[in-house]
Amino acid sequence: MSRLLEVNQLQVHIKTQHGIVQAVRGISFYLDEQETLAIVGESGSGKSISVKSIMGLLPKNGKIVGGSILLEGKDLSKYSERQMQTIRGSDISMIFQDPMTSLNPTMTIGKQIVEVLKEHRKDMTKTQMKDRALELISLVGISNPETRFDQYPHQLSGGMRQRVVIAVALACDPKILIADEPTTALDVTIQAQILDLMKDLQKKIKTSIIIITHNLGVVANIADRVAVMYGGQLVESADVRELFYQTEHPYTKGLLASIPKASHKGGELTAIHGTPPDLMDPPKGCPFAARCTKTMEVCRQYPPEDMLCGESHHARCWLLDERAKAFRE
Amino acid sequence: MKSAENKPLLEVKNLKKYFQVGKNQILKAVDDVSLDIYKGETLGLVGESGCGKSTFGRTVIQLYEPTDGRIVYDGREINGSLPSAERHGFTRKMQMIFQDPYACLNPRMKVIDIVAEGIDAHGILSGEERTKKVLELLETVGLSEEHANRFPHEFSGGQRQRVGIARALAVNPEFVICDEPISALDVSIQAQVINLLKELQEKRGLTYLFIAHDLSMVKHISDRIGVMYLGAMVELADSESLFEAPLHPYTQALLSAIPIPDPDVEKSRSRIMLEGSLPNPVNLKEGCRFASRCPYAEQLCKEKTPEMKEVRPGHFAACHKAM
Ligand SMILES: Nc1ncnc2c1ncn2[C@@H]1O[C@H](COP(=O)(O)OP(=O)(O)OP(=O)(O)O)[C@@H](O)[C@H]1O
Ligand SMILES: Nc1ncnc2c1ncn2[C@@H]1O[C@H](COP(=O)(O)OP(=O)(O)O)[C@@H](O)[C@H]1O
Ligand code: SF4
Ligand SMILES: [Mg+2]
Ligand SMILES: [Mg+2]
Repeated sequence: MSRLLEVNQLQVHIKTQHGIVQAVRGISFYLDEQETLAIVGESGSGKSISVKSIMGLLPKNGKIVGGSILLEGKDLSKYSERQMQTIRGSDISMIFQDPMTSLNPTMTIGKQIVEVLKEHRKDMTKTQMKDRALELISLVGISNPETRFDQYPHQLSGGMRQRVVIAVALACDPKILIADEPTTALDVTIQAQILDLMKDLQKKIKTSIIIITHNLGVVANIADRVAVMYGGQLVESADVRELFYQTEHPYTKGLLASIPKASHKGGELTAIHGTPPDLMDPPKGCPFAARCTKTMEVCRQYPPEDMLCGESHHARCWLLDERAKAFRE
Repeated sequence: MKSAENKPLLEVKNLKKYFQVGKNQILKAVDDVSLDIYKGETLGLVGESGCGKSTFGRTVIQLYEPTDGRIVYDGREINGSLPSAERHGFTRKMQMIFQDPYACLNPRMKVIDIVAEGIDAHGILSGEERTKKVLELLETVGLSEEHANRFPHEFSGGQRQRVGIARALAVNPEFVICDEPISALDVSIQAQVINLLKELQEKRGLTYLFIAHDLSMVKHISDRIGVMYLGAMVELADSESLFEAPLHPYTQALLSAIPIPDPDVEKSRSRIMLEGSLPNPVNLKEGCRFASRCPYAEQLCKEKTPEMKEVRPGHFAACHKAM
């Protein structure tokens, strides 16, 4: 597998009335060809802002203030909006949580797919575009593509709309598909169908996927690798099995422990006490120190370094430092 | 907690709530649902979006006028002909916690006044006693005195949900309907709120109707679980039997669709995938509502609406083929 995307020390600031939100504080990760990376973490931890930086879709008051985003070696963080337009929808596509907001309610679904092709595939004729649109509609598992082509989003169910959104995103065979909570608004039976669809399409068209979710079941279902964000930082990343079975970071451990277990029905759940840090004024030490059960003096004073704790398993926690051995258990 | 000899605290009999959605168009949001809830128990209610869970809860708590059916609370029938003082009494005993901790708190009110809303409406306490009671309640839900004079936007989602819980508890309810109380919260915060609800139940002997679509959390907190599909109850059982041996094909599909947070288990599982789509909920015809998606449907299912029957002791299902 070869490296497709490499994010290095990315830092993003967002200017607000009350001050500057340090939404992303130096995160690094990579994505290989045909793999699925899941990003999990507390709401407000910087997941969406991170992927929006990759897409060049930061809010107007947001700015990349450090680091690089390398897509096959080209640094997207230096690209102009005009240059990004050629990347979006063709090399990288994104789908959002609410299918209704990403579809145009006044345009038939067929037309919406054709529009994307018009923009990026100037080599195609009108007939070719229509054929491609029909092909995409059936590819995402919608029957009667001819009929659906002329329907409007409101005539479809929530699950079908999300399929259309996926069809639009896949129109130009993107190298990377970014999905920000693509199933959160859907029922579990529909969620299962959409996850299956994404896995199936990945095999067929060989795209890489970045999926943001807060559902650890979804992570277990679809991810090859997982990155865990907390307080604007990436606190742990590893192969999916390693992340679940050899968890290193106290936040990841807490997250896994707070899910109800079949074996422990009705008992007290292991909650993580307290609330996440304010990114307008992030703590100077470890962002998790205020809620961690293992906090040491050093945690509050100095930010932990990124440590390698297995082949491509990274974590940021002082407990992994040689000198903290005695505190580990 | 519950026992079979117990008398139910709440008896819902053949409850219907229909909405007129257009000329000659009737949406049967809740259609002939019967249910008993025993004192001190938690009854979970699950089902797909739009199946009528919230409407059921809202009708029980008198936020909606039922189209038909009976609601008996603690042996007394609640209906329109009840004198208003007595009706007022019921609304105090039954409280509701809402899904969206952002939308349901008035942004211009301070926390102290939000929590005291019920106290004020029922004229229970005033002045210093009112303040004292609110501070007590804030402490009960894990907030502190200094939070009393703040506004909702100054709180996190989990904290807002605690304010909502404190508000519901202010009038000393016996029965609380929790409508998706944790859906809007982070996983790590969900556990805090669930622990709090359980603790309050034990201390105050509360009875809960717990509406949610996160089935693993419903299983964790509920003694019994009801499954709804398109306005009807299709299965009702204690939570172990429901998860171990679901009888209704819809429940079976629903349970098999929950992703399990364990990569080895999840990646080797097989699922029951539902084909077909939900029928239009408006002007439903006779027959099983699930027939259009059910892998086992036969002619009878399309013609006759199955009734709830006790297939195993305490385990009810509405399916012609359940046995
Ligand atoms: N005031 C109303 N007028 C008309 N239709 C309504 C009204 N309230 C609810 N409905 C309809 O009744 C049905 C049941 O809605 P309800 O809110 O009870 O669903 P739910 O099971 O709580 O769903 P969710 O899981 O999305 O909260 C839906 O089809 C809904 O659109
Ligand atoms: N448009 C915006 N204006 C100001 N702050 C924002 C904006 N969007 C996001 N933020 C802030 O940036 C941080 C990261 O947000 P986000 O990436 O959306 O989190 P996540 O997707 O992990 O929930 C949060 O503190 C959030 O409040
Ligand atoms: S660095 Fe310290 S506070 Fe942070 S997670 Fe590790 S032990 Fe906890
Ligand atoms: Mg987000
Ligand atoms: Mg609802």
